[in-house]
Amino acid sequence: MTTAISVKNIGKQYKIGAAETKFRYNMLRDVIVDTMSAPVRLAKAALGKSAHRQNQNYVWALKDVSFDLEEGKVLGVIGKNGAGKSTLLKILSRVTEPTVGEVTVRGRVGSLLEVGTGFHPELSGRENIYMNGAILGMKRSEIDAKFDEIVAFSEVEQFIDTPVKRYSSGMYLRLAFAVAAHLEPEILVVDEVLAVGDAEFQKKCLGKMGDVAQQGRTVLFVSHNMSAILRLTQESIVLQKGQMIMRAPSQEAVDYYLSSGQSQAGERVWEADDVPAASQPFTPISLKVKESGGKIVDTIRSTESTVIEFEYQLSAPLTGLRVGLYLSTMRGEYVFASFDTDAPALYEKFDSRAAGRYVSRVEIPPDTFNEGRFAVGVNASSFGVRRYFMDENALAFNVDISGAPGTQWGEPRVGPARPRLNWKIEKVD
Amino acid sequence: MTHEPHTVYIKPTKGLAALNLRDLWIYRELIFFMVWRDIKIKYKQTMLGMAWAVIQPVMTMLVFTFLFDKVAQLPTEGVPYPIFSFTALLPWGLFATALNQGSRALVAHQNMVTKIYFPRLILPAASVFAGLVDFFIAFVLLVGLMLYYRVAPAWHLLWTLPLFLLLAIVTALGVALWLSAINVQYRDVNQALPFLSQFWLFATPVAYSASVISPKWQIVYSLNPMAGVVNGFRWALLGVGNGPDITLWVSAGIAALIFVSGLFYFKSMEKTFADTI
Repeated sequence: MTTAISVKNIGKQYKIGAAETKFRYNMLRDVIVDTMSAPVRLAKAALGKSAHRQNQNYVWALKDVSFDLEEGKVLGVIGKNGAGKSTLLKILSRVTEPTVGEVTVRGRVGSLLEVGTGFHPELSGRENIYMNGAILGMKRSEIDAKFDEIVAFSEVEQFIDTPVKRYSSGMYLRLAFAVAAHLEPEILVVDEVLAVGDAEFQKKCLGKMGDVAQQGRTVLFVSHNMSAILRLTQESIVLQKGQMIMRAPSQEAVDYYLSSGQSQAGERVWEADDVPAASQPFTPISLKVKESGGKIVDTIRSTESTVIEFEYQLSAPLTGLRVGLYLSTMRGEYVFASFDTDAPALYEKFDSRAAGRYVSRVEIPPDTFNEGRFAVGVNASSFGVRRYFMDENALAFNVDISGAPGTQWGEPRVGPARPRLNWKIEKVD
Repeated sequence: MTHEPHTVYIKPTKGLAALNLRDLWIYRELIFFMVWRDIKIKYKQTMLGMAWAVIQPVMTMLVFTFLFDKVAQLPTEGVPYPIFSFTALLPWGLFATALNQGSRALVAHQNMVTKIYFPRLILPAASVFAGLVDFFIAFVLLVGLMLYYRVAPAWHLLWTLPLFLLLAIVTALGVALWLSAINVQYRDVNQALPFLSQFWLFATPVAYSASVISPKWQIVYSLNPMAGVVNGFRWALLGVGNGPDITLWVSAGIAALIFVSGLFYFKSMEKTFADTI
């Protein structure tokens, strides 16, 4: 077998905290000195000699990662947010360069992460197919040859000469995915693409991935969805804090990941170094999605109530603090937001909170969500004063709709909500 | 895939290896598509459409004619002022578009830069080439003006004009390379651009004749490559001025210097674009 990807000791270093030193003015004198020296600094920086280099902190997003991947194999990449998964994919797809190390890639790398990149709202579907294809590295002749197939796959034939700004978001996404899916790279990189779009679309993506793997292409598959990892890959690597800590058959890797407490299935735990210093005195501890029985779950049943628990620590008393949740679809559309002091009684009672450890717990009633995957964001702020902490994408969960209203028809329902409504039917004549 | 996949080595790049002209060749079609897209969307949802390519320089010409011909009565070496300034406004418009669009090209396409690999050089280059279309549309009008004023071009027009156009493109591309790369890290460029293009316009003999500059300052004056371009256009089309002399070579030398240094600066910064943009 030939090696498709060979990664040798790659590392990627990022600079952090540079912005802080740059904007931290204490006195007017500092401001003036800083302004006066700005052109000099700019010139120095332009020449690659940053005057601020010694003040900058560096962090290794990826360190000493090595692996080989044979042609035609599907490799899963597991790790929690910030473990270096995206950095690894960015290096493999050449978006960014490694700081050290070397990668040899045999063939074209395509990524389903890139869906819709370069789409211009003013251009028609047809024009965007050509444009996007070219950006993804397709030759004009290749696009010509696959054009009909792409259009058929996207199901937007009728609107192919309409500017895409008039498309619904679903049509837009289907067209974008259709182009990316027909790129036929030798190596395909998939990052959480299953997180995009509705359930039906996700199935389509999974199907396409399965096809690609069967055609003998090499696939690198990154996901938080352990069942998808198990279904689509034989082997996986586990990343933790930028380092590869395991390479094993997927079942073993997933077991290790889930048992090592890094898992995000239904639970998000913040470690000290995950929390920006600026969020003080607020420190998030954990966020949990539980079924009504109290068990932490990754998939909730839409017909039962769900409990979301956010635990946090206050190192100093706070006035006017509100802790809330933002529920959104994976496409980034908000479903709703809710704060723990929404109710007037609680608003009065928790006008100020003493230092200490708290849990804000909310019960979401049955028949709220439609089928699909949803993101839970958390926010801790004092209205009009300050936002202490915000993570729009702290956790995600799936919704299973068995028994939900209308499931007797076995067709997907539009919209993120699936309420159980009280219909009455009257015969009026 | 019928063809043998080519192997790509990804590692920290240094020095000349960073130029990577092979990739530029592989992605040559993308340059064409980007130019085509820029032109296509430029006049979308406008009532006058492509007419803007003519209206803009014509309006500037009218304002200049009023201010500098009727009011200030600047010398034009015997050429009617409207055509005198329009000849200069053509390459200037090309340069100004390139300066403004090209310098913003990387930042404007942030989501492409942070998501996909392609030679980043394509973005500023496409902005510069897209300006050529406006140039040629306005050029047709210039031909009409020359017929109207009965100005006959000199015979050397045919082979020198393309060279002066090339000089304008090289200058524009060089400046766009520098500024677009700096803009990734320092958005000060965005703030400075309006001032810079205004200042540059006055430092270039667009509204006035280069002959108003005293001879001993001509060399210094020609350090602005656009001065060489504009003088060249006037000489090739209207037959005014001395034609290629030392000042032209100074301008061309500076243009080449800006272009080559811009290329190297851009390429040396390219690897950090996705991280800092």
